[in-house]
Amino acid sequence: MSAGTTTHDSAPSGVNYLTNGYSLKSWLLTVDHKRIAILYLISITIFFALGGIFAAAVRLELLTPQGDMMDAETYNKMFTMHGVVMIFFFLIPSVPATLGNFLIPIMVGAKDLAFPKINLLSWYLYIIGGMFGLYVAVSGGIETGWTFYTPYSSTYSNSAVIATAMGAFVAGFSSILTGLNFIVTIHKMRAPGLTWGRLPLFVWAHYATSLIQLLGTPVVAITLVLMMLERAFRIGFFDPALGGDPVLFQHLFWFYSHPAVYIMILPGMGVISEVVTCYSKKGVFGYHFIAGSSLAIAVLGFFVWGHHMYTAGQSTYAGVVFSLITFAVAVPSAVKIFNWTATMYRGSIRVDTPMLYALGFIGLFTVGGVTGVMLATMALDLHLHDTYFVVAHFHFVMVGGMVLAFMSGLHFWWPKMTGKIYPEIWGRVSAVLVFLGFNFTFFPQFLLGYMGMPRRYHAYPEEWQVLHVMSTIGASVLMLGFVLPAIYLTWSVFKGKAAEANPWQAKGLEWNIPSPPPTENFPAPVVVNEEVYAYSHEEVKALV
Amino acid sequence: MQGHVTPTKTYLTIFGALMICTILTVFVRLNLGIKSFAVAIAIALVKATLVILYFMHVKYSHILSKAAVVTSILFLLILLVLVSMDYVSRSWQPRATPWEKHQVLE
Amino acid sequence: MSDHSTTVDHVHGHAHGHDPHVAHHFDNAQQQYESGNLGMWLFLITEVMFFGGMFGAYAVYRTWYPDAFEFASTATNIPLGAANTVVLIISSLTMALAVQASQLGQQKKLVTMILLTMLFGSIFLGVKAFEYSEKYHHGHIPGPNFVWHGEGGREVQILFCLYFAMTGMHAVHMVVGLGIMTWLLITAMKGKYSPEYYNPVEITGLYWHFVDIVWIFLFPLLYLI
Ligand SMILES: [Cu+2]
Repeated sequence: MSAGTTTHDSAPSGVNYLTNGYSLKSWLLTVDHKRIAILYLISITIFFALGGIFAAAVRLELLTPQGDMMDAETYNKMFTMHGVVMIFFFLIPSVPATLGNFLIPIMVGAKDLAFPKINLLSWYLYIIGGMFGLYVAVSGGIETGWTFYTPYSSTYSNSAVIATAMGAFVAGFSSILTGLNFIVTIHKMRAPGLTWGRLPLFVWAHYATSLIQLLGTPVVAITLVLMMLERAFRIGFFDPALGGDPVLFQHLFWFYSHPAVYIMILPGMGVISEVVTCYSKKGVFGYHFIAGSSLAIAVLGFFVWGHHMYTAGQSTYAGVVFSLITFAVAVPSAVKIFNWTATMYRGSIRVDTPMLYALGFIGLFTVGGVTGVMLATMALDLHLHDTYFVVAHFHFVMVGGMVLAFMSGLHFWWPKMTGKIYPEIWGRVSAVLVFLGFNFTFFPQFLLGYMGMPRRYHAYPEEWQVLHVMSTIGASVLMLGFVLPAIYLTWSVFKGKAAEANPWQAKGLEWNIPSPPPTENFPAPVVVNEEVYAYSHEEVKALV
Repeated sequence: MQGHVTPTKTYLTIFGALMICTILTVFVRLNLGIKSFAVAIAIALVKATLVILYFMHVKYSHILSKAAVVTSILFLLILLVLVSMDYVSRSWQPRATPWEKHQVLE
Repeated sequence: MSDHSTTVDHVHGHAHGHDPHVAHHFDNAQQQYESGNLGMWLFLITEVMFFGGMFGAYAVYRTWYPDAFEFASTATNIPLGAANTVVLIISSLTMALAVQASQLGQQKKLVTMILLTMLFGSIFLGVKAFEYSEKYHHGHIPGPNFVWHGEGGREVQILFCLYFAMTGMHAVHMVVGLGIMTWLLITAMKGKYSPEYYNPVEITGLYWHFVDIVWIFLFPLLYLI
């Protein structure tokens, strides 16, 4: 896709979005979507590190069968804080708020998102929510599990439940506002000639994500409000002792929290679609199917939440329906895997860092997805529910899927965002470390779960120690794989080689403007007159 | 410039209809008692439709506004129907024979 | 995309910014208008789902405890609820007329209608406050000190939980609405709105009507039981 009036030779004449003001105020009060994306990138990295520290505590405790490093309650706090921080303050905003914020206006040929001030507001809401999270972390933690199940959370827990729920509540509004901004931008701000059929798949994925953010997040918001009211005033929305139904809390909670899994994975899928086409130098296979499957996942995702409640007292008949629809939701995900594979088939593939991560994503997400189908089977779930099998399953989707996609996209667009090239060799080394470390960490957990190791226990029988030690060693390698990019990416900002406008010979509006882009993105209005992913044989031959 | 201007007369007619509906629903409740619940909900649906179509201009507005209305109703229904699915079918479950009876049979 | 806009040449040209109401990142007034409207509609979708969680809870407990809802019907104040319904519908009418006035450029009528809307909104909240204090005197506030002289106190208490959560959340939305309305009044008195630029009035109206619709359902659910 090339822009009619914007070309490579509209040379960067000095000022770009990074050099347009250096004061703290010019960052904290900015309405430029690119600067807000950078603010988000810095903040989510801090929370990712924090969540990683809690994960390290969990893995260290599980090194030995006895609960010797910390007592059960401290351990409960560690995994709860790990879950809360990673889900609400890292995974949910990860790709949309950083890469999405940076790229969506550029990909649709606009100067900014539709509501730049609301975009800044959403970052501040995120930070306020995050402050609640930090307050909880330093003031004694929370041990309810990230799911806040009642009546434990509302009646019995002695930890900072209300502060944590407030954090999730406020961060939820940040997520809603981001989604709202994206949908309006995609509908109303597209450049002339940029039809729906020419939108990059990254944009389609974010459109679907935003729908879920708008439709799901408010339900968990009100659910958390009711839970907080129940705890604060000792009233009984969900407390069985007062006539309420705790299963109702789970219904309302999972109405959001299952689709939230797709908030976390769909943007990653959007990244993979861009990376796979660029590094195969080939048009995407089945564009309409990939775009449509994003929407199908978003909609079908709202029909399946009951698969978290097979053992919770939900009616078996409802369970059967939820189970069948869950099987169906695997189909659009599989369509994507199939189409990415078909895109690579006979492409001229280069296995650079973003592509390494993308290939890792495709493999690991497939394992995560297929084990998800296993768990959706009611009879099997009775055995596997609340075991390490579940833990391994969702880490394959969240880390093996979303985090790898985030790393892939971060490397892919790093030259565009910073104007600097990262050291390729270090990129490849850490991509391989992440892949190996990840598998060593989480594959043993499938085995542990299958043998019956329940989640959320700080001690276990001795015969499982080998697998737990493997897992902890893997986690250490994984951590190294994340520390390395933090170092060399930061290094590249200051010392890296300057990046040209299109270092990967990729297609898309963002590659037609200078790196880093000027403040209003495009020097002149954009008109799109080319199909999406128009990679041609001639160009590829010229590259080889 | 951009939108449809509704004449005052239309607004007053809709307002009148909403008033009549309110009086009707209270009247039915006072005469039929709690059994009037279904009627009350039906009347509320009519009132909401009038407000959406005329006060909120959906009748004359862009397709996206209409889509927003339909989407919110649809997803609200998904929430309500699938939650009720559980509660309605809980009573259909075959119950396990109580433990004491097993003892008696042995 | 726009058929009659005077600024359509922006797509080809580079001049922008001579219309003071159009923010710099929009191409023209039409695009800004449509974006504002769509943004508010999307926000209302989230609001529907926000209240939807409580409607779901209501549906569950109503089917679980039909008797309790019948017992509790003696404690609801139908006349006050009905009066408030009328008050809120009147405020919706004045809000609709405010939008119409801004579309036609009737400056004085616009200010009057916004003032009337705020007045009726405040009356609604006043009546609500009176109802709450009445409930307080009867000991109908859920919690450890809840008092119920009659059958099914435990189940009736759940209904009161729902009553306070739903009407309370609705009242919060009214207060927010009055806040926005105050800002609208100030800007309207400064003469900021015209037939060329009335989007803020219109989308505030959408929000206000939505809050009205929520009440239209709360009235039968919590009073006419
Ligand atoms: Cu799920």
